[in-house]
Formats: sequence, structure tokens, C-alpha cells
Amino acid sequence: MEKVPADWKEREGFSRRWWKRRTLGQVCEQKPARGLGLTLLVTASLSPLFLAQLSLRTVNSSRSAYACFLFAPLFFQQYQAAIPGQDPLRCKILMKSFLSVFRSLAMLEKTVEKCCISLNGRSSRLVVQLYCKYGVRKTHNLSFQDCESLQAVFDPAVCPHVLCAPARVLGEAVLPFPPALAEVTLGIGRGHRIILRSYQEEADSTVKAMVTEMSIGGEDFQQLQAQEGVAITFCLKEFRGLLSFAESANLSLSIYFDGPGRPAIFAIKDSLLDGHFVLATLSEPDPHPQDLRAPELQQPAPQLQAHSTPHLDDFALDDIDSYMIAMETTVGSEGSRTLPSTSLSPGFQPHCSPGSHSEEEDDTEPSTVPGTPPPKKFRSLFFGSILAPAHSPQGPSPVLAEDSEGEG
Amino acid sequence: MKFRAKLVDAACLNNFTRVSNMIAKLAKTCTLRISPDKLNFILSDKVANGGVSMWCELEQENFFSEFQMEGVSAENNAIYLELTSENLSRALKTAQNARVLKIKLTNKHFPCLTVSIELLSVSSSSRVVTHDIPVKVIPRKLWKDLQEPTVPDADVSIYLPVLKTMKSIVEKMKNISNHLIIEANLNGELNLKIETELVCVTTHFKDLGNPPLASENASQDRNSEQMAEVHIDIRKLLQFLAGQQVNPTKATCSKFAF
Repeated sequence: MEKVPADWKEREGFSRRWWKRRTLGQVCEQKPARGLGLTLLVTASLSPLFLAQLSLRTVNSSRSAYACFLFAPLFFQQYQAAIPGQDPLRCKILMKSFLSVFRSLAMLEKTVEKCCISLNGRSSRLVVQLYCKYGVRKTHNLSFQDCESLQAVFDPAVCPHVLCAPARVLGEAVLPFPPALAEVTLGIGRGHRIILRSYQEEADSTVKAMVTEMSIGGEDFQQLQAQEGVAITFCLKEFRGLLSFAESANLSLSIYFDGPGRPAIFAIKDSLLDGHFVLATLSEPDPHPQDLRAPELQQPAPQLQAHSTPHLDDFALDDIDSYMIAMETTVGSEGSRTLPSTSLSPGFQPHCSPGSHSEEEDDTEPSTVPGTPPPKKFRSLFFGSILAPAHSPQGPSPVLAEDSEGEG
Repeated sequence: MKFRAKLVDAACLNNFTRVSNMIAKLAKTCTLRISPDKLNFILSDKVANGGVSMWCELEQENFFSEFQMEGVSAENNAIYLELTSENLSRALKTAQNARVLKIKLTNKHFPCLTVSIELLSVSSSSRVVTHDIPVKVIPRKLWKDLQEPTVPDADVSIYLPVLKTMKSIVEKMKNISNHLIIEANLNGELNLKIETELVCVTTHFKDLGNPPLASENASQDRNSEQMAEVHIDIRKLLQFLAGQQVNPTKATCSKFAF
């Protein structure tokens, strides 16, 4: 972890004025539910090619969901980063603290005129000032801790499948599903229909749950580049978070994905902000083969060819080695650490992934994650510093949000 | 065993949804009986402490534009299914903008009632929501417990006041006592009473009207002013009143002496 340069600590740091406070509040609310820390990253540069920007990133404790929102300086009324040429300013804040500042959006809309955020390096505080009506000014001093860069390696361009639709369409698509549903399977069915189906843990067979499936025609999508039969299963709750933000901002949502086990990227874009959610997907093939067949009610797609439509049951086998996205975790002096086992739902049962590679074998590969106790269904995304030099991690400020790698 | 039905009318769908919501509020699991002319929702809660049992009958042709069923056998042309009532009401909730709703009995690894909804859509393509509700087929030998309850001749039968009014009164009374005393007579008078050590509260309803009695003898013997009284668990009554979503033309309360 980088040491904060001494001269920076002596200065006030930078300040930004928030113009669209409501958007920021909404953005914060959409963070993955289990994210403990919020990483702020501010970059500034002399070169016009590399834009100054503010980023808010977070990852959940099981490292299966990552969110990143990038704000262009124009988003703000005033944006002043530290002296260009400095290393990017990076700090980690407890999510709860940050959210509590923007707690009530309705209230914010009504009473707050201006919001000013600045980093006070001297006291290691992120200062958020809300200038409200009637001369009221609320100042929140949030402790932050210096942290390593939180950066997931993902590239939408390498994903073979893309879906893009107005958030409203996707919002309507997830409406039939119960709010408590944890995971959903998204796939392409016959006739280029997009199918969403509730995913049930196979283990809990005594209590059979209702299965809900929603089928939407490809015509409702702005972009549909995916093979029939392809399907991924991901956490619906996290997706709903981004979706509700996208709906309120009236944006389109793009989904970039590959096969089961590979992370799926959900992206929204605006002229002033850019949001990405990267969610892990279930790595085993769907247990019920007939899942993505189009329901009988759908108008039958004209069967022009003699050959049968691609067999929907065969999902790509989980080829762990080639496709796992991983990064070297921040090592510093500590060496590689054991990662927490992923457990996305309480009733989760560990299982051995298909194929010849078990979790343990992955240990030997330096680029993959060290083995974790029981093999997980979901592949975790692993994050770490992309900067080579490792410095002593401890800063003077108290540790507020433990680095979740050490936690079970 | 086969069953398929199709519902296309919005008002029918609305009513069917309300019935299902009412059932869901009363009990976790219910029995659905399918016969050529009717659909019945049956709840039989044989709890010693005053359980709720319910028999609800719907004329199939009032709801469905198409209805086909084939029972267990020709002599026993009915199907009895046990399902989680909330599942059905949740499935129907998503059918608010439905063009067509189809229900059928299917076997997808286990018996299911599949509710298939084609939604109205602004775009050219159709949107289809499918719900597979797991059901348990109830064997023939248990059918006898699920027959229509015979209603014995009542001592007093009275038409109830507007259920909403009754519900709000009973709700307030719930805070004071666990038991409610209902008194009614053949003069159209109904009292809802709670009695505790400290306080006694009674709400009087007048001019409610009485349905015609089944047997002549009972009405002759009884003084029309004489109140018949029952004590019931207030929470059960409230559960019933809270569940009422279908506005009844008439709701009758009858008292029996056992």
C-alpha cells in the first residue's frame, strides 16, 4: 500500500462540489449489499488525454460482486483534485457512514442546496458538508483509511455475449420474481427470446419452491448479441440495485457475459457518469435441462432450417483455468492469504465443480486464487493492487473496515 | 388426470385473484378441488382451539372461457391438490396486465400447477410469465375429510353489517381482550362484546335483518328478542375479516348450539 506523501497530508487536499447530490445518494444506495467499505479514487493529471475523475468502488465481503461508479469532473459544479502529477488519491470509507450522510433522498432533494466533499489529509477525514436551506450547514467528518487500489480486471469487449435494453424493460422483466429471491438465471431461448428464471438451490428438495420464468422477445432489446442456449446465473439482489438506479436515471443497461462461472458485467453509461457492476456467476451447469426452452405460449419461431435448434441443455463445461479472472492479492509482506469461502445463500451446499480441476489444484497456479475451504459454486472475483511496489499497509488512522480477505 | 383452463376476462381475473388473496391470508396451505363444474378452495384446520375451516366454491363457467378436466377416474371425476396458498396469489399478482391466463396441471419433475400469463405489451413481441406451483396430489382415501361441511340448523342467523366496519371495531377490541362475545337475535340485532375485569365494551348493531330460517320449528320456539351467544377467539375472527377482499352481497353469521 502506498504511503500518503507527506506534503499532501499537509495540504487540505482537494474539494469537489456536488451538483447532483441526489444522483450520488442514489449511487451509494445501489452498492452491493454486503460491501463494507467504499473506496474513493481520485485521479488528476496534466495530460488532457487522461481525464480527471472520481470513482467510487466497492466489493462485497465474499468478493462475488464489485461495483464501480466513475464521475467525470463535469458532474460537479466544481472539481479540484490535488496537484496534477500526484499519485491518485485513494481512500476507504465505511459504507454505513457514507450512506448515513445521504440517508433520505427526499429530504436531500428538499433541503440541501449544495454538497461539498473534501479530503482532509491532516486529520484523515473525509469531510462532507451539506449546505441546507435557512443557513443550516451539516458537516460530517468521516474517518477514512488509506487502502490499496480496488480494481477488478474485466473487459466488456472480450465478452462474447451482449444484451442491452432500457432499464425499464429489464425492470419489468424482474417484476414477477419475489423480492426475496437470491439468484436468477438469464439465458437466451429459442427464437431469440430472453429468458429469466428463478434459480433454486438443488439441495433443498424437501421444500419445493415455486419456479417463475419470464420470457421477453428480443425486439424489446436495443442490442442482442448472444447464442441461443447460453445462460448465466447471478445474484438478483445485486442486479436489482443497479437496475433501480438505472431506471430512475432513465438509462439503458448493458449486460456483457460469457459462460457459467465467468463474471458478468452490467454497465450503465451517461455523459457524466459510468457505472459497472461485475457479478460472479454460478459455475455449474443448470441442473434442469429443459429450462430455457421457450414456453408453449410463445408464437412458434418459423423453423426454416432442417437442422434442429442448438441443444439448449449443453452449457459450456466449466473450464476453470482458462477463464478464471483473478488478480494477485495485495501481498506486501504477508504472503498469499486464504480467501474466504463464498457463500451467497444460507442454505448453500458446497459441491465439486465438474471437470478435472479441483479447487486445490488451483493453488499451484500463481495467477489463481489460493485454495479455499469447501469448493465454492460461485467463482469469486479477486482484487488487489495493480501496483508493483508493496509498502507497509498500516497507516496511522484506526482500521475501520477490515480488509475482508482476512475474514471468513 | 388432466386439467387445463383459460381465463381471458379482466374482471374475472380480478375476482379470481381476490379470492386467492383471501385464501392466502387465512392459511398457509389449502386444498384445491377441481371438478367439471366447480373449483373449490378448502381449508380444514382441525386445531382444537377453534381453528378456521373454510369451504369456498366457484362456478367454473363464471371465470374461465375454457375449462377441461379429467379426474382420477370416471366415477371419481375430481382432482384434489394441496398447495401453498401464497404461491397461487403471488402468481396471480403478476397477471395484472394479462391478455390471457392459462392454468394447467403439469408434471415437471414433480406435479405442478402451471400458471402461464401472456402479458399485454406495448411492443410487438409478447411477454410471457410462467409460474410452476408445486402441488401434492391428494389420494382418494383422504377425500372424505374434504367434503362440503353440512351446516346444521342454526339457532340464530343474521346478516352481518358492512364487514369493513366490523373489522375496524374488532381490531380495536383485540387490544383489550382475547375473546369476543357475539350475540345476535332474530330481530336483526347484533352485539359485539368484550369483557375484562376492568372494562366491558359492547357495540350494538340494529336492523340488520335475518335470513329466512331453514326449519319452521326453530323460529316458532324462539323468542325473537332472545340473544344467542358465542365466545370466539378474536384473532381468528380478525384473520377472517382481514382476509375478506371479495365484497359479499350478504354475509351471514349463524350460531349453533352443540
